[in-house]
Amino acid sequence: MSSAKVQSEASVMERGDVVSPLTVSGLSAAYQKKPVLRGVTFTVTEGELIGVIGPNGAGKSTMMKAALGLIPRLGGEVLVYGKPYKQQRKLVGYVPQRESVDWDFPTNALDVVMMGRYGHLGLFGRPGAKERAIAMECLAKVGMADFAARQISQLSGGQQQRVFLARALAQDASLYFMDEPFAGVDAATEKAIITLLQELKQQGKTVIVVHHDLATVEEYFDSVLLLNVELVAYGPTKDVFTQELLQHTYGGRLAFLERNSLAKTDNKKG
Amino acid sequence: MSDFWILLTGVLVAACSGILGTFLVLRKMAMIGDAISHSVMPGIVIAFLLSGSRDSLLMMVAAMACGLFAVFLIQLFQNKGVQADASIGVVFTALFAIGVLLVSLFARQVHLDQDAILYGEIAYVHWNTWIVNGMDLGPKAVWLLGVTLIIIVAVISLFYKQFKLCSFDPALAAACGIPVALFHYLLMGMVSMATVSSFESVGAILVVGMLIIPAAAAYLLTDRLGMMIVWSVGVGILSVFAGYGVAVALDASIAGCIVCAAAALFVLAFLFSPSHGIVAKKLRLRKLAA
Amino acid sequence: MNTLWTLLQDPNMQWILISCTLLGLSSGIIGCFSYLRKQSLMGDTLAHAALPGICIAFMLTGTKSILYFLIGAGIAGVAATFGIGWITRHSRVKHDAAMGIVLSSFFGLGIVLLTIVQHGGYGNQAGLDKFLFGQAASMVGSDVLTLSIVSLLLVSVCYLLFKQFKLVSFDPGFAKGLGYPVAILEQLLMFLMVVAVVVGIQAVGVILVASLIITPAVSSRYWTDRLGVMVVVSGIFGALSGATGAIVSSTGASLPTGPLTVLAATLLFVVSLLIGTKRGLLVRRLAQQRMKRRLGYGFEEQAATASVDDRINKEAAL
Repeated sequence: MSSAKVQSEASVMERGDVVSPLTVSGLSAAYQKKPVLRGVTFTVTEGELIGVIGPNGAGKSTMMKAALGLIPRLGGEVLVYGKPYKQQRKLVGYVPQRESVDWDFPTNALDVVMMGRYGHLGLFGRPGAKERAIAMECLAKVGMADFAARQISQLSGGQQQRVFLARALAQDASLYFMDEPFAGVDAATEKAIITLLQELKQQGKTVIVVHHDLATVEEYFDSVLLLNVELVAYGPTKDVFTQELLQHTYGGRLAFLERNSLAKTDNKKG
Repeated sequence: MSDFWILLTGVLVAACSGILGTFLVLRKMAMIGDAISHSVMPGIVIAFLLSGSRDSLLMMVAAMACGLFAVFLIQLFQNKGVQADASIGVVFTALFAIGVLLVSLFARQVHLDQDAILYGEIAYVHWNTWIVNGMDLGPKAVWLLGVTLIIIVAVISLFYKQFKLCSFDPALAAACGIPVALFHYLLMGMVSMATVSSFESVGAILVVGMLIIPAAAAYLLTDRLGMMIVWSVGVGILSVFAGYGVAVALDASIAGCIVCAAAALFVLAFLFSPSHGIVAKKLRLRKLAA
Repeated sequence: MNTLWTLLQDPNMQWILISCTLLGLSSGIIGCFSYLRKQSLMGDTLAHAALPGICIAFMLTGTKSILYFLIGAGIAGVAATFGIGWITRHSRVKHDAAMGIVLSSFFGLGIVLLTIVQHGGYGNQAGLDKFLFGQAASMVGSDVLTLSIVSLLLVSVCYLLFKQFKLVSFDPGFAKGLGYPVAILEQLLMFLMVVAVVVGIQAVGVILVASLIITPAVSSRYWTDRLGVMVVVSGIFGALSGATGAIVSSTGASLPTGPLTVLAATLLFVVSLLIGTKRGLLVRRLAQQRMKRRLGYGFEEQAATASVDDRINKEAAL
């Protein structure tokens, strides 16, 4: 555990001249009486896909929300490209969990994607033809162009997730936070999303994803951040996504993990 | 002429509350609207006791302050672990009780009828006119509501995209750097303002009906936010005309009849809306089954 | 003090005091269950909905008998709960808006009927509007008896079915698994709330009676983590508020009972919020400091208060 931490801290010092997309130091947060995040420190490398892994209640979503200033921090600092987050908002895109909004809201898919441009419009600016074109383009990228005029409650779960992703694309950010984009989506959507993530990566963007499915971690992510209230380990997937560290992260839930890793080795054989 | 002024007052109330009600319904804050409309009461009474007149700027400011104070308290208690529902209930009953008590205590000084605050005096709206240099400029209530409407329309259209995003996805709005709390209190401030300007005509409690019912009917009639606002105002205006007609025929409370008319229109939308009505849904199911 | 004593010796006053205390007790008790089922504002809706019921009862019978009013208001209350259920089940209108719709349209109808009664040849209608704000002093002997009996019935039902109500409020799914008739129990709880509201209207008034359902229950939550204790504490708080309202109202010059009762309940709430032994702010502040120390933020006291303010704003937004 500590070896990985030391490694990440060392890399900060080595790369002191290159500005990292995201530097988090000593981030803590609490709900009511219970601390849910304690002293989390890490620095991400530009152009990587990073998976945030941990058991339920480990503070994965909380970490994102605290980093984005959506919930108050108990302490800690978050730097985006070397400056406080508040000055760098336009560089950051956020995909909240699908359940966080009311899908009965009277609006259509295109309109939701256009909301991604609101941050660029200024105080009084109105979305116009240019925003519409960008939004259509983003919808096309996630394969949803045909659904642009569809009321959002009439989309399937996977389609709603793709609309959210298109909205994040419309934000045109350099650093993305995605809260469980793969939760409850169909296989086609999962494939579409991961293709998109690869594309973003090739454009040099950094994407941090809260992820649940351990079986796909090695396939999807360059780096892994193991979290259970405290940071367990952070580093390249092959170094960090190990049986030992996972056991440390998930604590007593060994049986599940062993079965899971067995399944993985089976997959590799097949 | 009195008919004209009564209807104009009603239409202005419908427009103000129709616009704001849309956002209340979408943000699932209908009962907050109810709470605000009760909570402005002590502000109105205190301002009345201080200034001795019903149409002072002070009254507007005091009532708005009370409305915002109520919203703030509700939020505060919620943060301290009281359920949302219950904290609304605790706050508005307490503030309203203070208002009623003040009215009873100073009943002699205050020519402020409990009845008037509760069910409004839209029928007498043309008696209280605004006279400048001997020129009769029409009822004060109409001026007050007119100014309120202009402010509401101006604020909502200037910040339409902010209000929209804050209603749909406050997390993204906050991440985009939109001051979500500021817009929240701005909306609540406007609701308080609309309540105060309307209370004289339709009464503090029936304002709630005009805030929620037309907006809920509109919610069932369209899938676009802009259209929802238009429908909401339209349903409100229609119920003003229908309600006034019924009230004259029955010799009953105008404000009460307007709200009943709005309720009837909601039932119509609930049953027969082409997209979300019960009948349309049943027909679609039958078509699928066939 | 002397005047109070003479007042309390007046038999009429004694009866009013007893019935106000009893109805405070019963609404405090039933309020606990509605609080735990997150239905506090239903009490408000039911109270407003009672107005047309009362008016119709008066128009049909021509008398101001509490019993008929109870029946009329009860029917209207049940109609209101069905209306809300119907709207939320069959359309995309959410629960809060459905409550607002039913509340204001029933109240609007009530006002219309009230004006028709006032303008029509119903005679003897004076005092019907007392129901808006409540005036315990206007109760007569038979009213007091009716109210007291109904309140006692309410309390005994809650006592007898305590275990069922507890499980239904906490985990209806599990209760169903045990073979409890959950739907019937839920309807019964709703009906008891209707009764509690209607009983309270005479003393507290249509607009404010919800407070007796909501506020004592919320206050009691600050003193205990056990439902049994919570119900008792809430009942006591309700009874205290009712009694205070009745006493102060009869001493002061023509002050309505309703607002006084509500303010007494609110005062108890504020006290509970501050110094409640289980969840009061004082207790919580101490716990928070302990946690901060454990986390090593012991010296950031100012930052902590700032972050609380910040959080209020943030959550206002969300």
